[in-house]
Amino acid sequence: MRYIPLKNDSQELRLFESRVLIAAILGALLVVGLVTRLSYLQVVKHRYYATLAENNRVSPLPIAPARGLILDRNGVVLADDFPVFTLQVTPDRVPNMKRLLAKLKPLVALNAQDLRDFRRRLAQRKPFQNVTLRAHLSEAEAARVAVNLTRLEGATLHARLRRYYPLGGLATGAIGYVSRITRGELQGQKAERYFGYRHIGQLGVEKSYQKALMGRIGFKDVEMDARGRAVKVLKRILPRAGHNLYLNIDAQMQAIGEQMLANRPGSVVALDPRTGAVLTLISSPIYDPNPFVDGIREKAYRALATNPNGPLDNRALNGLYPPGSTIKPFFAYAALQTHWFHPHKRVMCPGYYHLPHSTHLFHCWKPLGMGRVDLKDAIEQSCDVYFYHLAFKQGIDRMTRYLGYFGFGHRTGIDLPGEYRGLVPTKAWIKASGRPWYPGQTIITGIGQGPLLVTPLQLADAVAAIANHGVRMRPEVVRGIVNPVTHHVRYKKPYAYPAIPRRRKNSLKRLIRDMTQVVEGPHGTARGIAYGLPYRVAGKTGTAQLWSVVPNYKGKHIRSDALFMAFAPVKHPRIAIAVIVEHAGFGALAAAPIARALMNFYLLGHVHARPQNQSRPQVAMAGTTP
Amino acid sequence: MSLFERWHLDKPLFMALVALAVVSLVVLYSASGESIHFALDDALRLLIGFVVMVSVAQIPPETFRRWSVPVFTAGVLGLAAVLAIGAVRFGARRWIALGPLSIQPSEFMKLFVPMTLSWFFSRSHLPPRLSRLAGATLILLVPVLLIAKEPDLGTSLVVLLSGIIVLFLAGIGWRTVLTVIVMGVAAAPVLWAHMHHYQRQRIYILFHPEADPLGAGYHAIQAMIAVGSGGLFGQGWLSSSQAHLHFLPDSTTDFAFAVFCQEFGLFGNLALLALYLFIVYRGLRIAFAAQDTYSRLLAGSLSILFFFDVFINMGMVAGILPVVGVPLPLLSYGGTSLLIIMAGLGVLMSIHSHRRLVN
Repeated sequence: MRYIPLKNDSQELRLFESRVLIAAILGALLVVGLVTRLSYLQVVKHRYYATLAENNRVSPLPIAPARGLILDRNGVVLADDFPVFTLQVTPDRVPNMKRLLAKLKPLVALNAQDLRDFRRRLAQRKPFQNVTLRAHLSEAEAARVAVNLTRLEGATLHARLRRYYPLGGLATGAIGYVSRITRGELQGQKAERYFGYRHIGQLGVEKSYQKALMGRIGFKDVEMDARGRAVKVLKRILPRAGHNLYLNIDAQMQAIGEQMLANRPGSVVALDPRTGAVLTLISSPIYDPNPFVDGIREKAYRALATNPNGPLDNRALNGLYPPGSTIKPFFAYAALQTHWFHPHKRVMCPGYYHLPHSTHLFHCWKPLGMGRVDLKDAIEQSCDVYFYHLAFKQGIDRMTRYLGYFGFGHRTGIDLPGEYRGLVPTKAWIKASGRPWYPGQTIITGIGQGPLLVTPLQLADAVAAIANHGVRMRPEVVRGIVNPVTHHVRYKKPYAYPAIPRRRKNSLKRLIRDMTQVVEGPHGTARGIAYGLPYRVAGKTGTAQLWSVVPNYKGKHIRSDALFMAFAPVKHPRIAIAVIVEHAGFGALAAAPIARALMNFYLLGHVHARPQNQSRPQVAMAGTTP
Repeated sequence: MSLFERWHLDKPLFMALVALAVVSLVVLYSASGESIHFALDDALRLLIGFVVMVSVAQIPPETFRRWSVPVFTAGVLGLAAVLAIGAVRFGARRWIALGPLSIQPSEFMKLFVPMTLSWFFSRSHLPPRLSRLAGATLILLVPVLLIAKEPDLGTSLVVLLSGIIVLFLAGIGWRTVLTVIVMGVAAAPVLWAHMHHYQRQRIYILFHPEADPLGAGYHAIQAMIAVGSGGLFGQGWLSSSQAHLHFLPDSTTDFAFAVFCQEFGLFGNLALLALYLFIVYRGLRIAFAAQDTYSRLLAGSLSILFFFDVFINMGMVAGILPVVGVPLPLLSYGGTSLLIIMAGLGVLMSIHSHRRLVN
């Protein structure tokens, strides 16, 4: 051992002791600091950190309920919930991404676009988040992946219910569709109500009955690990499935109408005049709503939006058409209520009309005129001059008041969103427009031209009011709401608007008789559809000039919209219908046969008056006069 | 002659260490997700540690003194070798692969630096003269800079600390202490400028852990959640949700104390802290009883360093120190660091039991 001077040792020990003492004091201070900190965390802030730990541990996961089905009046499924499978990848659990993708390739079809999208999502993801590799696996692909899932570490298969419209574009105008909830739609209270939902009804009954269809979201409190994997379910509140909707619409009838319109722009609305039940609501051309459910591709959307025939417009509710001659029965009804009007009194129709002290001529559609016509003749043959006279005598106020009774210029109150009012040139409207009203405008309004605009739904509802003894019903698309568990059906009660004023006892009966002549009379403008009908039809044709719709239209071949409205059987009407075919020429030719086919189908069960061998509906009909 | 005396062991110290080892098994069994394999592995490592400690305790302090310079030189060469041919793991070059083993020479310096400085100071009168301080500084700075270069800021600071403890215990003048502090403060900006981005971020995160809850602040926040949610009495053994659900990273190594906090609460912490302080107290008792300067300095510095190891780890978990990779002695599942700690404790035992032989 090395020599160390002994005399220093006690001194060195004292030095050492003093230094250790100082170190001990410093150490004690550090320990006090540490204990203080631990006490602060574990006592003062305990509740805060306990909450954080609990939030770490437990996440409430929404369980989406099944959305209610939409069925037609016969139980045909129009909107369904369909399980779709999504293949997701948890990158943190994938040992070798390249190998996983190689293993997946023979199981599911992965194209270059899928892989590109996947890489992009992979780069944007948050830690511990799943990344979708492919949505919408086919059933076979899902099954193949499910069988091999143990070999595919990091891949997971998620099933969810997706809205599916099995009949494609059938009755989209009435059904509407659901689509992804956008961030803009989720604000304030709505955000809370829709927590956990991915889709929301956008149009049609999907929107107006959203509350009934959506059901109630369920929750499960799931213990999650740091990678977001569920470890165990702690608590579960089951979701409540949405209610099913039974519609008044007859899918088969709807299909026949859509087929006969053959994507020509136009619209058909058929109602049960007694209840307002909407039997058919067609807006043509039709489009498939299925691509909208999970977000339509921009290109496809642009193609739809820029289509000159405007498939995205719901013509039944939002198409604004000059009613043309179909408006005449309503003006006739208005005149019939006066003391001065005599339906038998004949009016000379020389083929033109002019106002007193004016040289401007208003023409009849028959250039040489019809001779002396009474009301029956005027409606049967759709004499314009007769109704010019009538308009001049009644004046615009009286005319528009009665149009209002029939629902024109007002919303019908149908259970679909976004319905238009149309346009009736009332006193208030004229005043608000700020332009002078000329007597000539009253005259042309008398034959359904001028500023007057109606929707097909309004026209159908108005003619249904004539059929229903002057009581207009509110159109209803939905017949009943069905609880999917108890199967209890809550039927919607028909709603009647105040009866249309009637001062002359037999006026409505007379009007209906005259309208029947349109089909049955020797000169009836719609006599072409009368052959072989086992029931009687009352109706009125119309031909609306296009310039009033498209004022800037400069094309040479200006064609008119064809209109037809009718109800049947005349004695106890069960169906009222309005048909509009755009640019189709005279109403009797293009529109009336569609009405005939639908009425046949509804009343007889087949398209033709008598069962025939051909399975396809015969569209072309005989008839030479409008 | 009792069993402990025959094996050159300090009975209270030994019993305290066995208690710690049991706590370690209990905590790590829970932190590993109740893996019996992991617990057995930890038990094996602890057993090896105890074997090392008992073996080292058989060597008289005089031998340590004689071997101080050779092992120090070997350690410095090892550090140089790490920089030259070391294996890169987690972006740092800290390991030398020796067959199936991988050795971290920087850990050894936690023992070798105090040994060498104690030897250096024991050769002359104390307090040391300024000229000897220059030599001591050189002995200290060479390994510290080599370790900092790896980069392993945490270990290099601990090694620096171990040296400073020896200097302090050797009785350097207060004026020198003051000068060193002033110089340290002055050097801080320079050090900051030379730090790696992640190192700076760790210090920044110490003050604002919520700035990056999923990135740099993640460890700190999750550790504090584990500590805070433990409360007074803890959530009970095997109930650390932070560890079981993998929110807490490194729950078996550097953050094992956080698991302990969540399961056993403040009272558990105080008990554990008391156990550690008792070990430090026993170490200092041994130092006081040591009969030569070398043993005294070495025992004192190893005890105080043990204290700092505990304090740094607990401070890191509690969020008052930045996240540095310093394990909690004995409790954390560890390799080289555990062996060095046990060897250091073995040195303490040796100093305790060999003093009569010196007489």
